Amino acid sequence: MLAVSKRCFVFPCSCRAAPPGCGPHTLGRLFSAMTQVVPPILSVTPSRALVDEKFKVLVENLPPGYPVTVRSLHNSEDKHDWEAYGHYVSDHSGVVSVSEDLSYGGTYTGKEPMGLLWSMRPVPGSRPGLRLRKMNVCTPMLVTISVHSGHEGFRDQAPLASVLTERWYMAPGIQRITNNEQGVQGTLFIPPGPGPFPGLLDMWGGGGGLLEYRAALLASHGYVSLALDYLRFDQESENLELKYFETAFNIIKDHPQVMSDRVGIFGLSLGSLVAVTLAAYSTIIKPCCIVCISSNHYYPAQGSTVASRFEGVTRQLYKARVNEDNQVIWKDVGLEFITDPSNIAEVGRINCPTLLVNGCDDQNWPTVETAEDVARLMREAGKEHLLSRLAYPDTGHLIEPPFSPHFRATTFVIHSSKEKVLLLWGGKTKPHSDAQEDSWRKILSFLQFHLYCGPCLKAKI
Amino acid sequence: MQLSLRLKCLSVQPSRGLMDEKFIVLVQNALPGSQLTIRALHQCEDGHSWEAFGHYTADTTGTINVSEDPSIGGTYSGVEQMGLLWSFRPIPGSKSGLRMRKKNIQTPMEVTISVYQGHQTEGFADLVPLSGVAVERWYMAPGVRRIPVTEGGLTAALFLPSGPGPFPGLLDLWGGGGQLVEYRAALLASHGFASMAIDYLTAKITMETGKMVDNQYFETAYRVLQQHPQVCGSKIAMIGLSFGTSITLKMAVYSEVIKLSAAVCISGSHVQPVDGSVEEILRFFQKNGEKTRFSEKNEVIWRDLLLPIPTDPSLKVNVGRLQCPLLLVVGEDDQNWPSQESALDIKEMMARAGNSHLLTVLSYPNAGHLIEPPYTPHARSSTLKTVEIEEKVMCLWGGQTVEHSRAQEDAWKKMVVFLKENLYGGRNPTSFSHL
Repeated sequence: MLAVSKRCFVFPCSCRAAPPGCGPHTLGRLFSAMTQVVPPILSVTPSRALVDEKFKVLVENLPPGYPVTVRSLHNSEDKHDWEAYGHYVSDHSGVVSVSEDLSYGGTYTGKEPMGLLWSMRPVPGSRPGLRLRKMNVCTPMLVTISVHSGHEGFRDQAPLASVLTERWYMAPGIQRITNNEQGVQGTLFIPPGPGPFPGLLDMWGGGGGLLEYRAALLASHGYVSLALDYLRFDQESENLELKYFETAFNIIKDHPQVMSDRVGIFGLSLGSLVAVTLAAYSTIIKPCCIVCISSNHYYPAQGSTVASRFEGVTRQLYKARVNEDNQVIWKDVGLEFITDPSNIAEVGRINCPTLLVNGCDDQNWPTVETAEDVARLMREAGKEHLLSRLAYPDTGHLIEPPFSPHFRATTFVIHSSKEKVLLLWGGKTKPHSDAQEDSWRKILSFLQFHLYCGPCLKAKI
Repeated sequence: MQLSLRLKCLSVQPSRGLMDEKFIVLVQNALPGSQLTIRALHQCEDGHSWEAFGHYTADTTGTINVSEDPSIGGTYSGVEQMGLLWSFRPIPGSKSGLRMRKKNIQTPMEVTISVYQGHQTEGFADLVPLSGVAVERWYMAPGVRRIPVTEGGLTAALFLPSGPGPFPGLLDLWGGGGQLVEYRAALLASHGFASMAIDYLTAKITMETGKMVDNQYFETAYRVLQQHPQVCGSKIAMIGLSFGTSITLKMAVYSEVIKLSAAVCISGSHVQPVDGSVEEILRFFQKNGEKTRFSEKNEVIWRDLLLPIPTDPSLKVNVGRLQCPLLLVVGEDDQNWPSQESALDIKEMMARAGNSHLLTVLSYPNAGHLIEPPYTPHARSSTLKTVEIEEKVMCLWGGQTVEHSRAQEDAWKKMVVFLKENLYGGRNPTSFSHL
């Protein structure tokens, strides 16, 4: 008498962890002779896409009215497992369509075509404070989408079907070039085609390092983009530092495939501070437009570098509130700094279109207050017509490209003290993800308007 | 600011697609009412360049959407979402008789799509496009695995879909040109079928021994597929094109070993000596060689070799004994095989035998012999070296490009549905009752 597990009876050939003495081949052949059972058909269309493109996940050939869980699984570059899942019930033609049907529970609920990506979180048992970021943009993010029987305890059984899907930051034909020219450290991404193209200087925040993914994605949308490594704690003077950014900007501007009067700056957090100060103070470069996500205009003293100012902030962290989850909230410390008008960059000097994108639940920096302040100062200088602002409810600090998972708090290493803290970024997953999707679309249309269309061209023709 | 500096936004979505997926080609920010040419360029594995292009006029918003706007000239006209692929033809100056077929299906087909000022028809190599994007077209979906098969003396390649399985199986046969042609099997695996492409005319064993394979070769292929742990042994179908149809029908009706759940026969015939081996069938065709005709361009027309359809039952597969659903795909302008006449005869035989409920015939006016996966360029004729003839001949396949391309798209869609229904359907709901 063969010991049969429930799982083996239904899909004998896919028996992976079969009970002892129950070889998959024997059991498989025995049962395929006895039953006519075939698995459901799972499809993800398109199976290869850019990270900001939507997909359609469809399950067919299920029994009617059958409960299933659709799950996504990704093993990150730093070897952590991330997952998302939704509980569904098939209709009477045996179909579950993630784009059309409601998820009844899981890591997301409701009608969420992309919930399997944006609601991803580390699998149970993972270390706290993890963050998912792709470092190697030349390969795709591989996500396995699978369908499982039932809702509760769905993980106890092998999946009924699974498919692999690729999510890319780089479109085909994009050139990736490491730049070390003129002392500037960064990576240049050039779209395919003859050009010329508009350009973008792309900067991340206080975490430092060189993050290429957003620049690669911007290149996939037709911009020559330079991801800049700039947070250098060894930098001596502000003037030298301003020169560093101006040199980086000019590397883009002077590139043979770039339209020199169509170069913008894109920054997040500390990067947005750089964007704002360059636009306000540089006499050498004139950005065509700037995008500032999680805006920052903290500029306490002339003659100090971005890094030293950042260190200045982090040294005040002992003042920062720590909540009951041991998460550090920098926002209030930041608010204290920026209430002093001598600590603010003279944003009234900005002469180019500016887009500020912020989350109202930002716990890391008073970005909404910053945006209001910028608006006031630009209004006073008669520059209000240049400013556009987006402020998203229940959205945190880390406003990333669409469908990226939301990180409410992650570990952060403070450079000066080497201390590891759990920083609270803020945001609630669903509204934050909606904000990522909406803001990206609006950012792309802002960039297309100013860098591709351009009022000066339209007037001439 | 000169017009040439006005930036065009060209996008193709998805930029990485499967060979049978549609894409949307969009030009934005063009001068309203301006004339533009959208062109696709591809260099195939044997170094030949292919192009396709359409002439468009930007609308009042400066947009061209290839899925919605008509091309008014070029290699295709009208609203043709995929015209940039199916109307591919060798660039001017190429040698004649070329056919586009991908050998290495583990890499994508790379296509460059560009926009040019004005309505251009030639000299593209000397023009600078306004914009260009790179597009990848894949036969293999991510996660599909390719496994070479050599057991039992087979020369074959098995494509397994991603996932645990089990999957229904498919035996995939091409025609008289021989070789191991993998792309259709790879694409079908991307749709959930464990597909085995088989070389049965130029198999390693034939090249080494000089002997053609016998019927057992196909039965071995079937067994290997059936016994694979990730294949649902009771759900195996066979698909054959051209000479592959002859094998498929023979196996479907006469094999004691091969039990098919479904059969797909494209551009073929049931006419063959019923007890014949592969070699004997080929010799039967050769015997009728004097019926070969030539077009005014001196292209070889072989469709008459099997005509008239014989009445002698020993010369036709007895399709009245078929027990599985059969899908016949016929190009009415097939100049290589009498597939339309054969389909009519098959229909009559099955009606007389009472099993015509198993038969579906898809018959396409002005489609030729080579009914390939969708968006594959149409070759009305091409050079061919068959296993029977030593030198290359220019073979007339037939078909008119537009109708042939529509036939490919329609036949593929219907074929995938047919396979899904017959191989994935038939689920027994009561086996889930204890869950």
